[in-house]
Amino acid sequence: MLDPRIINELKGIVGAGNVATDMAALICYSYDATQQQFLPEVVVHPASAEEISRILRLANRELIPVFPRGAGSGFSGGSLPTKGGIVLTTERMDRILAIDQENLVATVEPGVVTEQFQQAVEKVGLFYPPDPASLKFSTLGGNVAECAGGPRCVKYGVTKDYILGLEVVTPTGDIIVTGGPTMKGVVGYDLTKLLCGSEGTLGIITRIVIKLLPLPEAKKTMLVLFDSIDGAAKGVSAIVGAKIIPTTLEFMDGRTLDCVRQATGLQVPDAARAVLIIEVDGDREFLDKQANRIAEIIAPLGVVETRIATTPEESEALWAIRRAVSPSLRKVNPDKFNEDICVPRSKVPEMIRKVDAISAKYGIPIVNFGHAGDGNIHVNVMIDKKVPGELAKAEQAIEEVFKGALELGGTMSGEHGVGIAKAPYIPLEITPQTATYMKALKKALDPNNILNPGKIFLDS
Amino acid sequence: MAKLKDLEELREEIEQCVKCGACRAHCPVFGAEHREGRVARGKIALSKAVLDGAVGFDAKVVEDLSQCLLCGSCWAQCPNKVPTEEIVAAARRRIAEEQGLSSFGKGVAAVIGRPKLMNLLAKTGGALSSLLFEKLPENSGLRLRFPAPYLDAGRTLPPLTSKPFRERVPEVIEGAPGQPTVAFFTGCGINYMYPAIGEAFVKALQFLGVTIIIPKDQACCGLPAVSAGAGKTVEQLAEQNLEALNRRPVDFVVTACASCNAGLGKIYADMGPEFAELAKKTQDIFVFLASHGLPEKLAALPKPTRRVKVTYHDPCHLRTRGITKEPREILRALPQVEFVEMEAAGTCCGLGGTYSVYHYENSKKIGAKKAGFVAASGAELVATDCPGCIMQLQDSINHAGGTQRVVHILELLAEALPERPLSP
Repeated sequence: MLDPRIINELKGIVGAGNVATDMAALICYSYDATQQQFLPEVVVHPASAEEISRILRLANRELIPVFPRGAGSGFSGGSLPTKGGIVLTTERMDRILAIDQENLVATVEPGVVTEQFQQAVEKVGLFYPPDPASLKFSTLGGNVAECAGGPRCVKYGVTKDYILGLEVVTPTGDIIVTGGPTMKGVVGYDLTKLLCGSEGTLGIITRIVIKLLPLPEAKKTMLVLFDSIDGAAKGVSAIVGAKIIPTTLEFMDGRTLDCVRQATGLQVPDAARAVLIIEVDGDREFLDKQANRIAEIIAPLGVVETRIATTPEESEALWAIRRAVSPSLRKVNPDKFNEDICVPRSKVPEMIRKVDAISAKYGIPIVNFGHAGDGNIHVNVMIDKKVPGELAKAEQAIEEVFKGALELGGTMSGEHGVGIAKAPYIPLEITPQTATYMKALKKALDPNNILNPGKIFLDS
Repeated sequence: MAKLKDLEELREEIEQCVKCGACRAHCPVFGAEHREGRVARGKIALSKAVLDGAVGFDAKVVEDLSQCLLCGSCWAQCPNKVPTEEIVAAARRRIAEEQGLSSFGKGVAAVIGRPKLMNLLAKTGGALSSLLFEKLPENSGLRLRFPAPYLDAGRTLPPLTSKPFRERVPEVIEGAPGQPTVAFFTGCGINYMYPAIGEAFVKALQFLGVTIIIPKDQACCGLPAVSAGAGKTVEQLAEQNLEALNRRPVDFVVTACASCNAGLGKIYADMGPEFAELAKKTQDIFVFLASHGLPEKLAALPKPTRRVKVTYHDPCHLRTRGITKEPREILRALPQVEFVEMEAAGTCCGLGGTYSVYHYENSKKIGAKKAGFVAASGAELVATDCPGCIMQLQDSINHAGGTQRVVHILELLAEALPERPLSP
C-alpha cells in the first residue's frame, strides 16, 4: 500500500477521479491475455505527456515501479504490474490528432484502438496495414511497444515499418521526440526503431507519427487444401518464387483442421492435411488474373481442392474457417500456451515436423497455424493444467520448440514479445554480449529501474 | 419451482474467460467510459475474485457490476462465448441477498418498499403521475424500470395509458378453423404504455385467421427484476406466467417485445423442465408472421405512390438470440415502406433494463451515438420490435434534436393491412 501522501500527489497531477486504489480497480488492472494476475498498488489514468512526465519524476523520487498499459491484451505479460506499484493506462489518450492526406502521414495518441484508426484512414482512401489479431481492441501504443505483426505483414511489413516518429516520456521523466513526419531522416540514432518493440521498458509512448499507404482498390481470397504440409509449404515458396507477394498467406496444419472439423462441422475432404488461405489485393482488374496464376503455380503440389471467393460474403466464409481455429482448440484441452516462433519461410515444413516429434515425445497435443508467408508459426501447446505433471511437460515441450526454431535460424517470438512469458528463455537466443549491450541501454536510461522492471530480462 | 442460478454455479463459465480483451471492442458501456471495470472482462475478474473471497461486494465492486446493460454484445463476439450477462445478473442477485436490494440501487429499494414509493410518487410532478402509476401492479417491471423519484426531468417518456391494453380486449379472440392458436404475452410496455402496439398485434394475427388467447392474469416477464438483481421476484413472476400461459392449450406463446421474448425464451429456459417447455414455445411475432405466410400476403397489397423511408434497430434481446432477418423481412415487405439499413443497427440503444435509470448519463452517451446513426441513415422512421428500445431511441433522438419518429413494426403493419374490426 502506497503512502497516502503519494496518492494525493498523484491526484494532484491527474485529478482525483483518475487515481484509483480501491480493490475493484486494482483487480481490473491486474491481468492481461496471459491470464496471469499481479495486483498493482494504484491505477492512474493520465491524459498528457506532461502528466506522465510528472508521474515518472515522482516514481523516481519515491522509487515506485511504473507499468504502462494499453488495452491489456498482450500475450507475453508486458503490461502486468509484476512488482505492484503504479499501473499507468493510456485509456484517456485516445485521440487521432491529424490525418495528413497530402503527405500520407497521421498523428495519434497511444490509446487509439488500431481498428478505429484503420477505419478513419480508410474513409479517406488511405491504408494502415499492420493487422494483429487483436486489432479490434488493442491500442496503437501497445502495438508499437510490442511491434505487433499480423497476417498482412507478409506483403506490408510489421508495425515498426510504419512508424516515422514518436513522442516519448523517458523513464526519468523527460519528454523527447524521435524521428518526425518526413519519409527520410538520418540525424542521430534511430531511436524510433529502438523504441518499437521495447515493451514499455525504455519509455512511455505519448504520440505516434504514422506512415500511410493508398488503400488498395480490392482484394480476393482463396482457400487451398493440400494433401500434406510439405505441399502447402512448397506452395508458399512457389508463389513467392513466381514473384507474387500475396497480402496474406495463412496456413493451418492437419491437426488444426481436425479441430475445426470437430468443432464446427466444417466440410472438407479427409485427404486434406494442410490449408493455405491466400489473399491478394490491388487493382480489381489484376486480381482475377493473379488468383488464377497462383492456382496454376500450386496445382502440381498435392492440391486436394481450391476454393476462390467471388463475393465479399464468400471471402468472409473462408476467413470464418481461420477464425474458428482459436475457439475450436479449447475442445482439445482447456489450457493453451500460444507461442509465436518465426523461422525462415523455407524451413516451415521442417519446423512443423520438429513440433510433431516434440508433441509425440511428451504426449501432449500441439497444433500449428499462422502466417506461413513470413514463417511465423503459432505453436499451440494444449494441456489441462489440472492434470498433475502436464504443466511441467508443457514447459519442457515449449523449451524444445524454441530450441528447434533457433536451430533453424529462427526466433522465439515473431510478434508477441518477451515480457515475462519468454524472459526465462532469453539466454537461448541472445548471446551474453548482446544481452549486456541491451541491459547497458536500459541501465543508462532508467538508472532506478522504474519503468516496467522485470520484463524482457529476468534480472533487470 | 422456478430457480435461477447462483453465482457459484457459473464458476465454470467464469473460468472460460481467457482475458483476451475482445469485449472491449463491443461493450457499449465501455464505449461511453473507458475503464476496465466497465467491460465484461473486468466484471468477470471481479466475479471470480468474489467467488474466491479475494474481495467482497464493496461499493466500487457493486458500482462496476451495476454498469452493465445485460445486452449480450460481449457474449456475441466472445471467442469462448462467456455469458457475461448471466454472470452479472447472478452477481447482482448475490449482492441483493447479502446487502438487500437497497444497496444495489436506491430506486429499486424505493420500489420494493411500496408505501414509501407511493408517498414519494405523490410528491413528484414528473413524467408519471401518481394516479397513473397506481394502475401498475406491484410487481410490474415498469416499476423497477422507472422508480419515479429517480427519473431525470429531461427524459421523454410516453404517458401511461388510462386503460391498459389487456382491459381493452377479450381473453379469447377466435380465429379461422385450421389456423394455429397463440397466446399473446403482452409485457408491461405494451399493456401500460403502448396499447396501440397490442391492437396492431391483434389486427395482424386476425388477418391470418389465428386464434389469440390473451390471459388476463399474465404478469411482467421479470427481465427488469433480473437486471436489478431481484431474484425472488423473477422466480415468482415466472411461476405466475407459467400458470397463466398454460391454462389453455396453445401452439405458440408470441411476444412483441424483445425483452419479454428473452425473458420467456431464455431466462425461463434454465428454471426447470416445465419452464423449458414454455421457452421452447415462445416465439417473436415477426418470426411467427414470417413463417406463417405474411410476407407473401403483403406482396399482394397495392403499393402507394409515396413511400416512407424506414430503418430498423435490432433490439439486443433479439439480436443476441439470432433474430435479425425476420423483422427486416416483414419491414421490407410492407407496401408503404422504403427500407434503409443504418450503420451499427445492432448496437444497444442504452436502455438496459434498469440501467438507464441509475446511469442516465452513460445511457444518454450510448443513445447519442445511436441517434447519430439514425440521422445518417436518412430515414424518417425508426422501426423496432421492443417498447423499451422505442422509448429510449425516441428520448435519444429528441435530445439530439432529430425529427425521426420511433415506431413498432407492428404499427406500420397495422397501417398497411385492410381494416377489420376487433372481435367482440
